[in-house]
Amino acid sequence: MNLNDVVAAFVTGLTLSDVVFIVIAGITVLSALGVVLARNIVHSAVFLVITFLGVAAVYFQLNAGFLGLVQIMVYAGAISVLMIFAIMLVMDVEPQETNLFNKSVPTILTGGYVGVLFFAGMTGAIAFTKWPVSSVKAGDAGADLLAGLMLGKYVVPFEVAAILLLVAVVGAIILARGVEDK
Amino acid sequence: MIGLSHYLVLGTMLFSIGLFGVLSKRNAIAVLMCVELMLNAVNINFVAIEKFITPGTGLGQLFAIFVIVVAAAEVAVGLALVISIYRQKKSVNLNDFNLLKW
Repeated sequence: MNLNDVVAAFVTGLTLSDVVFIVIAGITVLSALGVVLARNIVHSAVFLVITFLGVAAVYFQLNAGFLGLVQIMVYAGAISVLMIFAIMLVMDVEPQETNLFNKSVPTILTGGYVGVLFFAGMTGAIAFTKWPVSSVKAGDAGADLLAGLMLGKYVVPFEVAAILLLVAVVGAIILARGVEDK
Repeated sequence: MIGLSHYLVLGTMLFSIGLFGVLSKRNAIAVLMCVELMLNAVNINFVAIEKFITPGTGLGQLFAIFVIVVAAAEVAVGLALVISIYRQKKSVNLNDFNLLKW
């Protein structure tokens, strides 16, 4: 059995949803690499938006439509705009060469080593774990199900999250406004 | 053919890329971007595990929404800190932020 047969067996075993997953995952991972490797921080921000949209597509594929919409609104909409505003506020030089790696090579090597080690270890753990996959096929858990959970059993975490968000926003405003000289 | 482990490996890939960026970038805003990548990877794991192991409960999506809330708060405070430090030091280079380093 040569390589062509293996590839042919692989391709004929694919369903449409598998192909969609592979394409989405490829785009997401490549643009995540773009975020890290781009030398211009504005390019990094654009790659970040593409990554967020790719993750939203993964949510849609996992039958989590509401979460996909939240992802597009909060991440691809709000957080990326916030990032780009911050970049514009702190960029006093030309945008080229604004997003370089650390100057010390050992730091980069440590980062790469830890990243590769983490990936290898976790992939091994995922491969060797026997996942108790359920055979139940559930449809899209819609916003009504999540609303019932949030305002029912999990209402205390929901309120805590709301307070956290309020405190964080007020704190961010105070921090960014700065202290006035008297 | 695509099962739970494929989604988990995708999440691991995104997390590792984010981890590498956090440890090796020089720009503080780039580090915040890489933290966002890591949080997104965690969210993918939550949603994938909910779909394949406890389908129909909605718990994984609920956790992911809480993670999104915390991420939004973190990004707002983090960027405010970066802007505040930039005003004092005229730099976003992490090597210049060693005030607390012994």
